[in-house]
Amino acid sequence: MSPEHLVVASVLLPLISAVLVVACRQRPNLRETVTLVSGGLLLATVSLLIGSVDTRPAINLVDVIPGSIDQSAIAIGFHVEPLGLLFALVASGLWIATSVYSIGYMRSHGEQHQTRFYVCFAIAISAVMGIAFARNLLTLFLFYEVLTLSTYPLVTHHGTEAAKRAGRTYLGILMGTSIVGLLMAILWTWQLAGTLEFKPGGILDGHVDPLTAGLLLALFAFGTGKAALMPLHRWLPAAMVAPTPVSALLHAVAVVKAGVFTILKVGVYIFGTDLLSRGGSSVWLMYVAGGTLLTASLVALTRDNLKERLAYSTISQLAYIVLGISLATESGVIGSGMHIVMHAFGKITLFFCAGAILIGAHKTRVSELDGLGRRMPWTFAAFAIGSLSVIGLPPVGGCWSKWFLALGTVEAGQWPLLAALMVSSLLNIAYLAPIPLRAFLCDPADVDRDVSAGREAPLACVIPLCLTAAGCVVLFFNADPIYQFLSSVTSN
Amino acid sequence: MGLFNYWTVIVLMMIGFYTVIARNNLIKTMIGLGIFQVSVFMLYISMGKIADGTAPIRVQPSAGNEAFYSNPLPHVLILTAIVVGVATTALGLALVIRIREVYGSIEEDEILEMDRDS
Amino acid sequence: MNPDQLPVLQVILPLLAAPCCLLLRHSRLAWCFAVLVGCLSLLIAATQLHAIHTSTSGSISYEIGGWAAPWGIEYRLDRLGGMVLLVLTSIAAVTLSVSRRLLQDEVPEDRHHLFFAIFLLCLAGLSGIVSTGDLFNVFVFLEIASLSSYVLISLGRSRRALVAAFQYLVMGTIGSTFILIGIGLAYMMTGTLNMADLSERLTMTLGSVYAEGASIENPELPVNQTRTILAAFAFLTVGLALKLALFPLHAWLPNAYATAPAVVSTFLSGTSTKVAYYVLLRVIFTIFGVAFTFEQVGLQYLLTPLAISAILVASTIAIYQGDLRRMLAYSSVAQIGYLVLGLSFGTEAGLTAGIVHLFNHALMKSGLFLVVGCIATRQSGLTLESIRGLGRRMPLTMAAFVVGGLGLIGVPLTSGFISKWLLVSAALEDGHWLVAVLVVVGSLLAVVYVWRVVEAAYFQEPDDETPSEPRDAPAGLLAAAWVLLGATLVFGIYTDLPVSVAREAAASLMGGGS
Repeated sequence: MSPEHLVVASVLLPLISAVLVVACRQRPNLRETVTLVSGGLLLATVSLLIGSVDTRPAINLVDVIPGSIDQSAIAIGFHVEPLGLLFALVASGLWIATSVYSIGYMRSHGEQHQTRFYVCFAIAISAVMGIAFARNLLTLFLFYEVLTLSTYPLVTHHGTEAAKRAGRTYLGILMGTSIVGLLMAILWTWQLAGTLEFKPGGILDGHVDPLTAGLLLALFAFGTGKAALMPLHRWLPAAMVAPTPVSALLHAVAVVKAGVFTILKVGVYIFGTDLLSRGGSSVWLMYVAGGTLLTASLVALTRDNLKERLAYSTISQLAYIVLGISLATESGVIGSGMHIVMHAFGKITLFFCAGAILIGAHKTRVSELDGLGRRMPWTFAAFAIGSLSVIGLPPVGGCWSKWFLALGTVEAGQWPLLAALMVSSLLNIAYLAPIPLRAFLCDPADVDRDVSAGREAPLACVIPLCLTAAGCVVLFFNADPIYQFLSSVTSN
Repeated sequence: MGLFNYWTVIVLMMIGFYTVIARNNLIKTMIGLGIFQVSVFMLYISMGKIADGTAPIRVQPSAGNEAFYSNPLPHVLILTAIVVGVATTALGLALVIRIREVYGSIEEDEILEMDRDS
Repeated sequence: MNPDQLPVLQVILPLLAAPCCLLLRHSRLAWCFAVLVGCLSLLIAATQLHAIHTSTSGSISYEIGGWAAPWGIEYRLDRLGGMVLLVLTSIAAVTLSVSRRLLQDEVPEDRHHLFFAIFLLCLAGLSGIVSTGDLFNVFVFLEIASLSSYVLISLGRSRRALVAAFQYLVMGTIGSTFILIGIGLAYMMTGTLNMADLSERLTMTLGSVYAEGASIENPELPVNQTRTILAAFAFLTVGLALKLALFPLHAWLPNAYATAPAVVSTFLSGTSTKVAYYVLLRVIFTIFGVAFTFEQVGLQYLLTPLAISAILVASTIAIYQGDLRRMLAYSSVAQIGYLVLGLSFGTEAGLTAGIVHLFNHALMKSGLFLVVGCIATRQSGLTLESIRGLGRRMPLTMAAFVVGGLGLIGVPLTSGFISKWLLVSAALEDGHWLVAVLVVVGSLLAVVYVWRVVEAAYFQEPDDETPSEPRDAPAGLLAAAWVLLGATLVFGIYTDLPVSVAREAAASLMGGGS
């Protein structure tokens, strides 16, 4: 199969699996097999594309906005380039892990509407593939909206009043920002540049002055609500009402990463790092990102609910990636791309552990976790490794991305932001490190409780989290291929 | 005085329009509508009249005298419009009768009251 | 069938079929006959559009009675007319095919043949408006269509339908009379009623239009700068705005669509206002021309604020409506605002956006009203309270509603997105930043009122009185609804047909008549 067909296949494959899941809804084991097999096939398909990334294969499917005499047509099109391929690899790989985890979680928790869950998951992954391989802004916007709509039933899965309210916040902020911000930015770009294609070096050079570029960047940055820049971050903690597998994949990996990926791709292929650094149009974004990463870390400190704490940690880490892009230097971009991968593995481990703690010990609050490590050693060990990745210490992969981001701030001469990065790392230690430490070293808070309370979650949950934790460590030693991959983006 | 016909049209139009808007009774509304339409008919017909023109019925031209006709087209247009007006009035009155059957009243404010309660 | 006769056949066929329905007393027989006529009309419209496409001049014409224009009445169909005719007849065909099932609950069976007679009359009237090239003919057919609409609306189940029909009658007649005044004044100044001839004569000077020997004060004045013509233009525009339900002359629409029988609101929501929009386009672009309308009169300064108000105010009112049909009706008023906005830019891009939206909205709104009709076959309540939990009881029906709702919002992959894109692009091209932002805000408002329905249907539990076993709408109705709403998805992806035809139509309109 040619690379072009492989790309289209990667978008269609999860959709086909969604249809098959609906067909198998009466037989849970068959249904789960479909999901797992599709995950494997998807990872294989995306991996096959690694070899052809240098030639940048591209394909246009259908002209959505037909061309006229003075305007070219805009099509739904896909292309393969390093950033997108990296994102697709991460998402497809972690889809398999999350599918295994979900099977364990949903079954032991006795969740309702499991078919709807797996179907929406598959559609969401298809949308993520579409975003990763999007050739132009219109295709990206299309799949961005599909992602919002397909994850809405996942967020409101439990169907309670709280879920409905969270769903409203989720949809309201994401749809609102995408229609008013992102769509306007895309149309404005179309107006200025006459094209919407992602091209190395950007398409806006020569069409905008720095002030307009700054304004346009603002529309993009705030229009991409999925990147959870403050003050549009409220949807992320609200979405924690969803089941943990949803939080794990979508809000640690797919949905939020789609948001920052969008900003990254826009920064590199629409604006171009040259344009941004020359005109200083993105300096304000650096400070907004810097502010977000500090504020979110501070808020995380105050949150007792484990998932909420992790949610604010995510907001903070996403701001790192946005910071990297706004620095518009080579190290900044590499740091951002790398952080997409590292943070994905780290955060998904943490969310998997949170879910395992919920199933195994029925605990949701950080204050209740003392001493639990003794009864759930695997879970908390993985939690420790995930925390190290998020904090950014060796021997875990997160330290590489933090390194490059810090290097980027130095390259851009932004010393206050370097300080912010350092302070934030300290805050990360403050809100993450105590959890595994207290779990292993302290005595349980309620001694007169039944000793058997709290055991490891089912194997289907524990294996994925151990695998992703191991992945964090593996990434530390194998960061070089990612570096090579990403540097080809900035060298073009 | 040459604009006498236009003044008539305007006066009738305003009377009709006012009746439609300001009257509660549905029959009066229909009457107002009729007056409003009639004013437009008069506009057309009066514009068709040409000074020194006779009725637009073709006569054999008498010796030396060529007949000078008024414009027949507006007459035709207005015949059509009158028919439309008749149909509208008939339909409107039929609706009024049905409303009377169902609501028991043909005063607009009473009908709105009844609808608000139900 | 002689292809030259098609333009007049398009109108005569439903016109003659209507009294035939009166004679066919049996409900089923009358229905079959009406469906046959509807399908034939669709066929004729499609053939005509094809003929226009392949013709050199971009239009086909027919002289009634063989009398040559401008003295005789000419039927003239160009690309815009062909497109509107296609939309009109396809919605008519789809609606007629499901009408019998929908009528069962609302009109007694011994009256069905009367219903079909009036329906065919309405179709004849609307077809006539689009087909004709003579301005007074437009008025005549407009009245035929309007009168039959008043009757159709009054057949609704609740007694409010009568009041709504009466209100529509009064307002509609005032509108038509205004149009008549406008036509009269224009005729007075130019002496012709043929649209193409009228557009020529308006640009000539008074001296050349009037007969020799007439005493004129100002022979060098172009006709379209006289006060009479300005008054004619004003009357025509206001009258058409009333028929179009442009804010603030929209008061008749919500009541009419909310109380009419399901068949009627399905048909009228997709056709009557669209045809009025077509006439407005003809008057502004073909007869009076861009230069007159936008430079001399400056109509954009009136239409743009009104259109924006329509979008924002009507969408906001829709959010507070509890009855589904009333909510959709206010949504229609908002969408008509989009149509007029596209017109008011006065550019080819704006016109293209308006015409594409005409096409898309007709399909969407008819589909949505048909879905509501589907719901009405299974339960009596159509409010947000009574559709609680409907997502589980009637999954395919509600899925169709969601598709239509996403189209109203303008989510990519639906045709609604294409028209929004074109409209905002046109606004940005001209530098109307605020207008572009407000259009987008209108989409946000649409999210709110669509999502209220989604939440009620999928998230809330029904109260005890409603039946709880899942029983989806009858298959025929569902299929028709999915045809209409599926078309919005198809035309959201394969946009070549509507957009290219719209572009050509806009180009020929801007070029000054066809």
